[in-house]
Amino acid sequence: MILKRVGFKMQAMKHKDFIIKLSMILGTVWFIWFANGHFDEYTVRILNNIAIFVILAVSYNLINGVTGQFSLEPNGFVAIGAYVTALLLISPDAKSYQYAIADPYPFVMTLQSNFVVALLLSGFLAALLALVLSFPVFRVRGDYLAIVTLGFGFIIKILAINHPEVTNGSLGLNDIPEFSNLYWTGGLAIVAVVVVLNIVNSKFGRAMKAVRDDEDAAIAMGVNTFKAKTLAFCTSAFFEGLGGGLLAALLTSISPDLFDFFFTFQLLIIIVLGGLGSTTGAIIGTVLVMGGSEWMRFLDEPMNLFGYETTAMPGMRMVVFSLVLIFIMLFAREGVMGKRELTDLFKSRKKGGK
Amino acid sequence: MFMQQMVNGFSLGSMYALIAIGYTMVYGVLRLINFAHGDIMMVGGFLGFFGMEVLGLPFVAAVLLAIVGAALLGMASDRVAYRPLREAPKISLLITAIGVSFFLENAFNVFFGGVPRAFPVPAYLEVMVEFFGLMMPMSAVIVPIMTAFLLSVILWILFKTKYGMAIRALAFDVSTVNLMGIDANRVITLVFGMGSALAAVGGIFWAVNYPSVEPMMGVLVGLKAFAAAVVGGIGSVGGAVLGGLIIGFTEVVVIAFFPELGGYKDAFAFIFLILILLFKPTGILGIDFEKSRF
Repeated sequence: MILKRVGFKMQAMKHKDFIIKLSMILGTVWFIWFANGHFDEYTVRILNNIAIFVILAVSYNLINGVTGQFSLEPNGFVAIGAYVTALLLISPDAKSYQYAIADPYPFVMTLQSNFVVALLLSGFLAALLALVLSFPVFRVRGDYLAIVTLGFGFIIKILAINHPEVTNGSLGLNDIPEFSNLYWTGGLAIVAVVVVLNIVNSKFGRAMKAVRDDEDAAIAMGVNTFKAKTLAFCTSAFFEGLGGGLLAALLTSISPDLFDFFFTFQLLIIIVLGGLGSTTGAIIGTVLVMGGSEWMRFLDEPMNLFGYETTAMPGMRMVVFSLVLIFIMLFAREGVMGKRELTDLFKSRKKGGK
Repeated sequence: MFMQQMVNGFSLGSMYALIAIGYTMVYGVLRLINFAHGDIMMVGGFLGFFGMEVLGLPFVAAVLLAIVGAALLGMASDRVAYRPLREAPKISLLITAIGVSFFLENAFNVFFGGVPRAFPVPAYLEVMVEFFGLMMPMSAVIVPIMTAFLLSVILWILFKTKYGMAIRALAFDVSTVNLMGIDANRVITLVFGMGSALAAVGGIFWAVNYPSVEPMMGVLVGLKAFAAAVVGGIGSVGGAVLGGLIIGFTEVVVIAFFPELGGYKDAFAFIFLILILLFKPTGILGIDFEKSRF
C-alpha cells in the first residue's frame, strides 16, 4: 500500500518535472516570437548574442562542469565552425573579390551549401577534431587538457593567419550572408539545452559526473572513463562548432583575432558565475555576463570620479571580469546555482532524501 | 652559419628553460599549472624597464629589483589566490590561476598601454664579441652562462640544503610532510619565490633580446615554457632545462633551414607536447606522478 503511494508520488513528480520543462520551452519560444516582433534592433542583437552564448556555455559546461575536465578550447572549435560556415555560405561572387592576400584554392570557390548543411558540417568537423585530440590528451589526467587545448586554440589562429588561400589570412572573411536571426539562434539554443540536459541525465551523464567526483572510484566501479570524457568533449565541440557557425552568420564578417583566448575566458567566467556543473547556471551566467558586459561599457570610457577626470581606459572591463572570477573562486565557489538545476528548486526538501 | 644558429638556439632555449623551471617546481609541490607564471615573467621585464627608465638605475640594479619584485609578486599570488584553495577541487585552483593571469595581463594593459616599449639595453650587452670564430652580441654569451649559474644555484638549494630537502619531500607526499613538522605553506611560498625570481631573469633576458616589453609578452612564452617542462618531464628541474633547450633549438633550426615554415614557429612547442603526451606522457626525465595512485 505504502509502496504504491510512493510510486504514485514518483509518477506525480515526474509529471510535474515534465510540465515545468515544457512550460519553460513554450515560454522561451513565445519570448523569442515576442522579442522578434517588438524589440528594437539593438536589443534583438544582444538577445542573439545571448542565445549563441547559451549554446556555447551550456556545451562548455558539459566538459568543464559536468565531467570536470578543464578544457580551454572553445575558441578553437568556435573558430572552426565559423570558418566552415563562412566558406560554405559566401557566394562565389563575393569570394572572387575578397581574397586580397593570396589567390584562393579552386575548391574554396566551389564550396557552397545551404545554412542547415553548413551548420551541421561545422559541428561535425569540430567534433571530429575533438575526437582526434582526445587520444593524446586523455592519456594523462586532467590538467594537461588545459594546456593542450589552450595551445590548440593558438594553433587554429596561427593556421588561419598562415593559410590566406582558404581563410584570407588576418583580413578574415567578409560578406557572409546574415542568415542568423532570433528564430535560428533561440531555436538552436533550446535544442542545445535539451540535448545537453538529456545527456546529463542519462547513463553517460552519470558516468561523466562519476569521473568528475572521483576518477579512481569511477574506474574501480567499471566506468569507462576515457569513453565518458571523449563523449563529453566531442558533444561540447559539436555545439561549439555549431555556435561558431551561427556567430559567423550573425556578424557577417570574421577574422582570426575574434577567436583569441579572450573568447574562452568569457565562457569560463559565464559557467563559473552560474555554477560549474549546472545547465541552468550556465544560462543564468550567460545573461549576467553578457548583460553585465554591455552595462560595464562605461568603465572603458573616460569617467568623472569625484571631480577628477580619468582618461579612457579600454580593457578596464577585463580587469573587473578577472577580479570577479578570482573573487567567485575564493569566496563563492558554488556560483549562483551550484550544481543544482532549475527543477531541483521546485522539489520540496523537507521530506529528506532524493 | 650552422654554428651561429646553434648559438641562437642555445640562447633562446636557455630563456625557455629559466621559465620552465618555475612551472616544473610549482607543479611538483602543488600539482598546479600556474597559468600566471608567464605573466610574472612579463612583470619581471616591466620592472627592469621601470627600474632603468623611471628610476634611472644601472642595469644590474634593475635586474635585482625585477628579481625581488617578481619573487614578492609570485609569493603574494600564492598567498592571496592559491593558498585558500589548498583543499578545494583542483579545477578551482586552475580557474583561479587563469584569473590571476588575465588580471595581470589586463591590468598592465590598462595602466601602461598595450604598445610595446623599447627596452633600454645597456651598450655592453650589445657589443659584438668573437667567440670561436663566430661574431655574436655579448647577450647571447651571457644568457646561457647566467642560466647555467642559476641552474646550479637551484640544484644546490634543492639537493644540499634543508629547505631543498623539504621541497623534495613535499613533491613526494604532502600529508606526510605535514606530519613531520614541516610547515608546507612556507615551503610552497619559497617555491613560488624561487620560480618567480627565475621567471624575472628570463623576462629581462627576453626584453634584452627583442628589445621591448609589452603586457602580452608572457602569454606565448609561458605556454611554450610549460610545453618545455612537460617535454622534459614535469617535476624534474633538469628535465625543464632539457625541454627548454630542445624547444629553443627546434624553433631556431627549423626556421633557419626551412624559412617557409616561419609562420608556424609558435606551433612547434605544441606539436612536441602532443607527441610527448602520445608516446611518453611522463616526459624525457619525468617522474610518474600518477603511478603513486594506482
